Amino acid sequence: MNKSMIDLTPLTRATRWHPAELAFWLLPVAGYFLLQDNLVLLTQIAITALFCLSLDLILGFAGIVSLGHTAFFGIGAYAAGLMAAHGHGDPLLGLLVAGICAGIAGFISSLLVLRGADLTRLMVTLGVAMMLYELANKLTPITGGVDGLQGMEIQPLFGSFAFDMFGKTAYWYAVGVLFVMFVIARRLVHSPFGLSLKGIRQNVGRMPAIGAPVNARLAAVYTLGALYAGIAGALLAQTTQFVALDVLSFNRSAELLLILVLGGSGCLYGALIGTIVFMTAHHFLSDMNPEYWQFWLGLLLVLIVLFARDGVMGGVRRLGALGKGGAKA
Amino acid sequence: MTVIFDGIASGMLLFLISVGLSVTLGLMNFVNLAHGAFAMFGGFVAVTLLNRAGIPFLAALPLAAIGTALLGVLFERTLYRRLYAATHLDQVLFSIGLVFMSIAGAHYLFGPQQQPLTLPGFLQGQINLPGLDMGVYRLFLIVLGLAIAFGLQKMVSGTRFGAQLRASVDNPRTARGMGINVDRIFTLTFALGTGLAGLGGALGVEMLGLDPGFPVKYIVYFLIVVAVGGSGNITGSLIAALILGVFDVAGKYYVPQAGAFVIYAVMVAMLIFRPQGLFGRKAAR
Repeated sequence: MNKSMIDLTPLTRATRWHPAELAFWLLPVAGYFLLQDNLVLLTQIAITALFCLSLDLILGFAGIVSLGHTAFFGIGAYAAGLMAAHGHGDPLLGLLVAGICAGIAGFISSLLVLRGADLTRLMVTLGVAMMLYELANKLTPITGGVDGLQGMEIQPLFGSFAFDMFGKTAYWYAVGVLFVMFVIARRLVHSPFGLSLKGIRQNVGRMPAIGAPVNARLAAVYTLGALYAGIAGALLAQTTQFVALDVLSFNRSAELLLILVLGGSGCLYGALIGTIVFMTAHHFLSDMNPEYWQFWLGLLLVLIVLFARDGVMGGVRRLGALGKGGAKA
Repeated sequence: MTVIFDGIASGMLLFLISVGLSVTLGLMNFVNLAHGAFAMFGGFVAVTLLNRAGIPFLAALPLAAIGTALLGVLFERTLYRRLYAATHLDQVLFSIGLVFMSIAGAHYLFGPQQQPLTLPGFLQGQINLPGLDMGVYRLFLIVLGLAIAFGLQKMVSGTRFGAQLRASVDNPRTARGMGINVDRIFTLTFALGTGLAGLGGALGVEMLGLDPGFPVKYIVYFLIVVAVGGSGNITGSLIAALILGVFDVAGKYYVPQAGAFVIYAVMVAMLIFRPQGLFGRKAAR
């Protein structure tokens, strides 16, 4: 084989679906039949997973630090909510509009965010999110302010599946959207575009030299992340038929970072697994002790940063490497 | 006039709390979002000393500062120092974790309500001049703030410790080679930063209130001061805090419906045009 040729086999192999991945996607189906009483929680997990995926795209893959990712989640939620409250209750149309609104907001703010280094980015993303929070808080006639946006009417999905009170339609709807968005993200991450993002994260100085337009790529992925977050927000608004001011809060951004780091950033399944672990733990721990749940959350975060920086997926990978090493020895 | 005076006083209070952050974030380059938690700790120490132990206000202030500084040293020695070389993201996550823990801890120990604080008689009341009503406590804050700003500026730029600190920050390896005990300098600086936070927290109980939500409620303000003032720049922080205080009070007074929106908009605009802050000497890494 010619030595100057680059061996692309690992790359093509990575794009193929691993059996474990297929097994993973059977989980939501199993969840539906085994946990009929907890469909609302499972729906929440699916939505948060999509939201977390959007942060993973910009933080895990492109390395843009954001403390204000809820801004786009909130924009999506309010966009879908307002559509439904004013008589355009088709869920898919709502998703589309919410995604586009959040994407546009993402594109505009990417112009601001990409100017600075880490610290400035933190501050600008935080500032943008806080501005939107204040705006939603003060524009009571439109958003409902602290009381939240009410009076949404969601039409049946595809005109035939009504959103029932047991949350079955909502569950399949959320899981379906998550799966479609995940597949798109997966293709994207393994495309040359995704690889160039990885390159930018690893060595910003080098990428322009090999012909990758760094800022354009980062702006594109930031816009895309915003679009994903907007769709997640719209899902939340449509399945709960309510938008609380809380969708824009700082706590949500911080929590999302925690989820991503817990699962392992820079890996699409990290976002999903982090969400499952976190939401389940939240469900049980806050049942036991609702007030002090935050303490354990904080402790977990500190411990992760100090000892397990690459999260659950890192642990899995290390176990895998151990197994392989053992087989060789 | 009264609005401007109140604005300056609240800006001075912001300065007192956030100058500690300016020291840790600016000089040591550590994104410490838990700064508000240290301020809250100082506030709780002061309130406890005042209300339960009956220690006078002026004595409780330095005790709150020292107590918080000791806590800061403890945390620096055990936790923070492991993360000096870590990425900003790790530091952010770590300090958010501390914030969550401090909120739950304060909730557990003191309950969710606002903490009461009575000022001593000589700090209450007002001085009335033509066209200007000055609260005595606010005047006290302004004087104290100016004194601390002056002292810190002198210390960083004029003393041996300040020179060692600047050397350790700019190039830890060379500083170590010159025989400077960098670890000790960082610990002392961190203690100074948290001590100032504790002092500011104790002073702020009267104006900002004190409840378990404190670290999150005000962290944005502290960060704005540091980011806008240029990190590690004491005069810059002072001016930024004063501008912020005046705008905040004037905004609440004249256009209450806009709320905090103006502040955030000003900050974002400022950061876009001058990412290194108003008086930054260099862009943060």
